[in-house]
Amino acid sequence: MPLFLIAMGLVTLAGLIALAAGRSGRWSTLVGAGGAVVGCTLGLVSVFRVALGQPAQALRLPWAMPGATFHVELDALSGFFLVPTLLLAALAAIYGIEYLRSFREKKNLGVLWCCFDLLVVSMAMVMIARDGLLFLVAWETMALVSFFLVAFEHEKDEVRKASWIYLVATHIGTAFLLVMFLLLAREAGSFDFDSFGRARAAGPALVGLVFMLGVVGFGTKAGFVPLHVWLPEAHPAAPSHVSAVMSGVMIKTGLYGLLRLLTLLGFPPAWWGWLLVGIGVSSGVLGVLFALAQHDLKRLLAYHSVENIGIITLGIGLGLLGVSLKIPALAVLGFAGGLLHVLNHALFKGLLFLGAGAVLHATGTREIDHLGGLAKSMPRTSLLFVIGAAAISGLPPLNGFVSELLIYLGAFSSIAAARPLVVLVPAVIGVAGLALIGGLAAACFTKASGMVFLGEPRSHHAEHAHEPSLSMQVPMMILAAGCIVIGLLPAAVVPALAAATLPLVGPLGSVVVTTLEHAAKSLGMITLAAGVFLFVVAALTIWRRWLLVRRPVEESVTWDCGYAHPTTRMQYTASSYAQPLTKLFALFLRTRQHLVSPQGIFPSASSLSTETPDLFSRGLFAPLFARAESALSRLRVVQLGRVQIYVLYIVVALLSLMIWKVN
Amino acid sequence: MNFTALLPPSAALVLAPLLLGIVNRTKAIFGGRRGQPLLQLYFDLFKLLGKGATYSQTTTWLFSAGPIIGLGAVFVAALLVPLGGVSGSLSFTGDLLLFAYLLAMMRFFTVLAALDTGSSFEGMGASREVLISALAEPGLFLCLATLARQTGSLALSKMLGEITTRSWLQHGPALALVAAALLVVILAENARIPVDDPNTHLELTMIHEVMVLDHGGPDLAFISYGSALKLWVLSALFVGVVVPVRTGQVLVDAAAGLAGMFLLAVVIGVVESTMARLKLLRVPNLLVGATALAILALVLVVK
Repeated sequence: MPLFLIAMGLVTLAGLIALAAGRSGRWSTLVGAGGAVVGCTLGLVSVFRVALGQPAQALRLPWAMPGATFHVELDALSGFFLVPTLLLAALAAIYGIEYLRSFREKKNLGVLWCCFDLLVVSMAMVMIARDGLLFLVAWETMALVSFFLVAFEHEKDEVRKASWIYLVATHIGTAFLLVMFLLLAREAGSFDFDSFGRARAAGPALVGLVFMLGVVGFGTKAGFVPLHVWLPEAHPAAPSHVSAVMSGVMIKTGLYGLLRLLTLLGFPPAWWGWLLVGIGVSSGVLGVLFALAQHDLKRLLAYHSVENIGIITLGIGLGLLGVSLKIPALAVLGFAGGLLHVLNHALFKGLLFLGAGAVLHATGTREIDHLGGLAKSMPRTSLLFVIGAAAISGLPPLNGFVSELLIYLGAFSSIAAARPLVVLVPAVIGVAGLALIGGLAAACFTKASGMVFLGEPRSHHAEHAHEPSLSMQVPMMILAAGCIVIGLLPAAVVPALAAATLPLVGPLGSVVVTTLEHAAKSLGMITLAAGVFLFVVAALTIWRRWLLVRRPVEESVTWDCGYAHPTTRMQYTASSYAQPLTKLFALFLRTRQHLVSPQGIFPSASSLSTETPDLFSRGLFAPLFARAESALSRLRVVQLGRVQIYVLYIVVALLSLMIWKVN
Repeated sequence: MNFTALLPPSAALVLAPLLLGIVNRTKAIFGGRRGQPLLQLYFDLFKLLGKGATYSQTTTWLFSAGPIIGLGAVFVAALLVPLGGVSGSLSFTGDLLLFAYLLAMMRFFTVLAALDTGSSFEGMGASREVLISALAEPGLFLCLATLARQTGSLALSKMLGEITTRSWLQHGPALALVAAALLVVILAENARIPVDDPNTHLELTMIHEVMVLDHGGPDLAFISYGSALKLWVLSALFVGVVVPVRTGQVLVDAAAGLAGMFLLAVVIGVVESTMARLKLLRVPNLLVGATALAILALVLVVK
């Protein structure tokens, strides 16, 4: 614990020094990024040990805040979430050094690195805080510094708009959390997490209310549909290494908060599980559908975060059902699968965002339909991106498959064991949902990697692309290696989830280790199957080379039915590739088409463009906010624009408060 | 290692191309032709392996990696499936998920190899392929869930081994629905009529065939053999459900399984000869229908 706090202190200090050295782009980068790397590496050492099951370490200091103490604790659950957080933060910092080089003249990088470092520290504080107020302070710091990071390129209109949406969304979420903590503290008499257990005495209605407030508050950060609307705006707007951290780990603080809340609220009723299974499946399916319709690479990836949060939530929901109805396999496999997917998603989503950043860096555009053929100019990046794409689509032998397999196994085992309908229905919905999500995700990522990296360049942007420098490649390679290692050796990884799963399953704690070891037996067979697969692939590769070595091998053009003047713009585009699926699901997507069709006998210039604005931000939040605005605009009568009047308001407010208090 | 466990994968590796020969012979008989030799695909494979190759300038390493990864994936899938009552080589709890995702991996890399050519035709085929497979996936998983519920097992070999004549007597309607849904999945996943026509000659109307237009030589051999294996492994799943011969005698069970496989090939040939291809816009209805059948089967098993 002291080591961890020192490491975080170091990151904070580095951030402040970077801020002070803001004038010099070189020094602020060196200190800001270097401090993050060193601090996160130091922190990882102590976090790893705790995540693997070493005893929790706590620290309690007096704090000058009324009713609160500075109570922090590093236990297995916190440790488990901190591993991907610190790892991805360190890698993103290394990546950011080179990524931001072109901004050194134009921007004050000290501010950016200070915010980045503070983001890392505040995420860590959120995960170790054991006091309501401390948690909220860290939560709010995290929201504010990430707002500044999103607004990095604030001279662009769309970036400003995106950062405002983010700021509003995150504060609405925080408002729910504030009420939640106040309710808990009122019942428990203190803001300390340890005392929150007393709130259970207030009856199921209050506990249920607290749970719902938590789902909305934490769900806004995590991106549950329909609270996800800020994600596809904010993540593309931020610099790519920041997007990687935000999408890969920051949104997970919402899930962490929800899980921590669950450990405090005691025995869960079954409806919590149903609710989370419902949220999980709908977020998963809608997230991937919205992603399919996008043609901005980073926006597409942001929607995929919604999808993956859905998968994790599905796992948590099934786990809760298992705890509630005392089904050990479902509880342990659901929670363990969800937790492992948290780690996995950080790895492959980090990898994909960094890959998208490399594409943006090399071509200057995120528009998939303007790219193409980058596998030739960026062979390493394309290989790494394809690994990430296969991993996020849940293909074996990569890590996404392992975590989805655990969730599937939990659901399937309850189906096979002839459980009652209350479990069976969510389990079947989970299986069908995951299958559909898997198929659609494969469609979406063949689109993303195929249209960006394969074929011919579709515009001049893509023609002069180049491989990024080594300091940008190495972080991606490490993340890809993580995806491969977990995928190949799942039997070594999954039993290590026991410590983090333990606090979540409550009374079923005694079976966690045996259930996971039982699952590890199956996973060992997956290693065997992966070995056979790799052997066959290697053998076929050698055989093919041997077959072709004495035969004529020629190069020619792609078969185009004998058409005489093909151009690269005649290739299938991302929009046309996804069109059958977007048309099929038009009910949810409402893609808008702007078509100028050819006129007259001789074809004239024509054009077609499509856009898919978010269904919920257009259909739900825009009208809601418009109505709120028109209702609140009546209050403008008190807004007179004179400072004296406002001072008067303050005095009146203070006086009335004092009178109220004295009475 | 048990010697009999090697039987299903060896049968798959040796006999898979014959299955397509039977399909084609059935179609020829229906069409009043004599048709190509039953072993035509073996001759084709042999010929292709001896040829050189022509590559498009547009393509990259993914183009030649696609067929190899696809064949590797379906090879591992062939180790998992049983043949009739004879268990596969690899069997463990949850192998049905590995099976389904291996086929997904094969498709993923076939699609990427198609997109690697930059051809509009191949892009179009790839786009249709992912549409069809995304919709076929829930149907397949719900069939597997029904079988898991019925047999209480999560390993393919054990699950299908549990399906006996008694289970047909007890849960006949449910198993029939599963078989119907699985048949639709087999036809859709293997690019057969009424979803896709393997014999069409117009690029615009193809789905699977157009994705491999630019492949030649050994690459095309790997693809053709991989497709034959894919048809075999999915058919083995179907046969495991509908041929409930479980005597415990390996030879009898395997022979019944093989007979079932060849009979299924005849059925596919009959379907292809007597049906027209569906309009592409109707294909989703067919697949959603298959999913509905699987859900109904699950309801029947649960009640």
